[in-house]
Amino acid sequence: MTQLEEVTVDQIKHLVSERAVKGETMLLNMGPQHPSTHGVLRLLLELDGETVVNCIPAIGYLHTGIEKNMEARNYAQAEVMTDRLDYLNTVGNNLAYSMAIEKLVELDVPYRAQSIRVILVELQRISSHLIWLGTTGLDVAAMSTFLYCFREREAIMDILEMCSGQRMMTTYIRPGGVWRDVPVEFEAAVRNFIKTFPRRIDEYEALLTRNPLFLDRTLGIGTISAEVAINYGMTGPALRATGVNWDLRKARPYCGYEQYDFEVPTASEGDVYARFMVRMQELRQSLRIVEQALDKMPMGPVRSSNHKFVPPPRSEIGVSMEALIHHFKLWTEGFSAPKGAIYQSVESPRGELGVYLVSDGGPKPYRIHWRTPSFDNLQALPYMAKGLLIADLVAIIGSVDIVLGDVDR
Amino acid sequence: MKPELESTIKALNKAFKIKTSEFCGDVSVHFTADKIVDACRMMRDELEFTLLSTMTAVDLGVDNEPRFNVLYYFTSVTKNLSIGFLVPVSGKNPSLPTVSGIFRNANWRERELWDLFGIKFEGHPDLRRIFMPDEWEGHPLRKDYPLGYEEPQFTFNFEEIDVRKPYAKE
Amino acid sequence: MGVEQKLANMGIVTTTLEEVVNWSRTRALWPMLFGLACCAIEMMAAEGAHYDMSRFGMELMRPSPRQSDLMIVAGRVSQKMAPVVRRLYDQMPEPKWVIAMGDCASCGGVFNNYAIVPGVDEVVPVDVYVAGCPPRPEALVHGILTLYDKIKQEKFKDRA
Repeated sequence: MTQLEEVTVDQIKHLVSERAVKGETMLLNMGPQHPSTHGVLRLLLELDGETVVNCIPAIGYLHTGIEKNMEARNYAQAEVMTDRLDYLNTVGNNLAYSMAIEKLVELDVPYRAQSIRVILVELQRISSHLIWLGTTGLDVAAMSTFLYCFREREAIMDILEMCSGQRMMTTYIRPGGVWRDVPVEFEAAVRNFIKTFPRRIDEYEALLTRNPLFLDRTLGIGTISAEVAINYGMTGPALRATGVNWDLRKARPYCGYEQYDFEVPTASEGDVYARFMVRMQELRQSLRIVEQALDKMPMGPVRSSNHKFVPPPRSEIGVSMEALIHHFKLWTEGFSAPKGAIYQSVESPRGELGVYLVSDGGPKPYRIHWRTPSFDNLQALPYMAKGLLIADLVAIIGSVDIVLGDVDR
Repeated sequence: MKPELESTIKALNKAFKIKTSEFCGDVSVHFTADKIVDACRMMRDELEFTLLSTMTAVDLGVDNEPRFNVLYYFTSVTKNLSIGFLVPVSGKNPSLPTVSGIFRNANWRERELWDLFGIKFEGHPDLRRIFMPDEWEGHPLRKDYPLGYEEPQFTFNFEEIDVRKPYAKE
Repeated sequence: MGVEQKLANMGIVTTTLEEVVNWSRTRALWPMLFGLACCAIEMMAAEGAHYDMSRFGMELMRPSPRQSDLMIVAGRVSQKMAPVVRRLYDQMPEPKWVIAMGDCASCGGVFNNYAIVPGVDEVVPVDVYVAGCPPRPEALVHGILTLYDKIKQEKFKDRA
């Protein structure tokens, strides 16, 4: 275990302005344990009174070594670790990983599985935006939104538990389709959710959207222009709030998104309030997609029948020799992927979530790299917070919607 | 290869003599370390590839020469295209020129590559470790760095691991 | 027996000092806000309206270690974070208890590599381990009730 050490100004001279070295401005540590940093983020603030002159993020307090650990497991075992990256978008992480493997080995996915994938991913997007709304409300001192949002989230957790048995880390979406078919209560539960949720969104909007206290704290704060945002590598709702209409679900449709009719909300100011409005409208659009996917869901198999990569059903193992051989190979060594490198990306609630998968022909990934959106979104924080008060800095961190599991991997 | 990408490849070929490769629909362009900064500037200013999606490296093995393959992955929001650059880096004193002046998010990506692989970036304003503690030794994602695996404690070896485990005192 | 019955009828209860002190310590434990990773989300869900932790006196999570008695380590502890956990534990005043919530805090969990400390009991002494990845909010409530049982059996001489 490493020990904490004292740091003097000289060691970080190249990061702070000369006023700090002279002692005019104060250096304050907004440490890894803090109520408003949404996880273990450490900020070194250079303050002139209450104004932020400079803000230096220090990350790495949640580094888990997932990329190296996945190299030591075969493809099916490594999927368990993908849930734990961005832990508010667990179904989306599984989707990105499964799609990367399907691209590499050229595996087909049946239509019913694609519909189920879209429904669960959009429900997960709604759940992630609800947590964002609750914790952002908590940061700007609106405590009741926190309790309401977690109440809605319980309904979504019940649906996920009904399908897979787990509330958060489901590992339900696997290469070739989904793990098993949805139970009979699934449709009724989702329809009930679609019926009750729009009124709840109206409740949240009534609480915050035209509230003068909220407007005071968020209008004109933390502005960023489109060119600077793209140069920082920002994607997702934070980029769409600056006016750029870039959404991977419309630009490069996957999983059948081209058949659903939905809009991509954008705003043009690029401040905290614009990001808030974009995410609130995304809640409504996601609900539209869920309703259309549920109406159009076809009957059929839910996982590919290519048993070189997908386990055969247990009933076949007793009667078919081939099924037994496939089962044996998959459970002892795992399937092998052809040699090469691919990049596959999906749209997560925070931005572009990408997987760069390098295979050497064996059963384990040789190198897997996760392009996580919060890592790049967080780099723009010092730019957005220059010259503002500490209270505004807290609102900006909330609006960028970072998840430290994403940043540190 | 998509037809819109052909014009980009042609423009790059005119400026620098390049080789391309394709796998499962992904196009990669092979570069060398001395031309990468000019190529990045050309991508951002002339060819409208303004978003640097990611930057990462692959360790091809201790005995391989060159040892690392660094990937720069660009996306064009206006043209809806993506392309990757591959730059080989040798294993002895691995180093590359920095592109953090051209793409601002390369700042932390290069720090990550220094921390996890040991690839130095010349001209980087602040090359320190980003994920591991500052006094950590070694570069974890290299292939010759051990995983740090700890033996699981089953019932047959419970006592012998229990004695070795450093439990905290009050 | 006769005297005690008469006193009880008048509304007076006799017991030992240890029992009263232990009972009052359990009735309003203030947890410190220490959510690290995924388990923090289930801890927040346990605090929400559905699985109410306010009935245990824990609705407010104190961000300052000086004002809290219970540290729920919710999430994985990395090598960079371990000295921070120890320093926060040292800053908490006595009496203090630690719950290791989740598999990663108990034993390293799914991860077995260079970057994660395998079990937070290598950094701070733990009283109750709650298993699960992440544990359901009901499991966390069960862990808190187990901690109550443990506190009720404490003796003064053990806690100097």
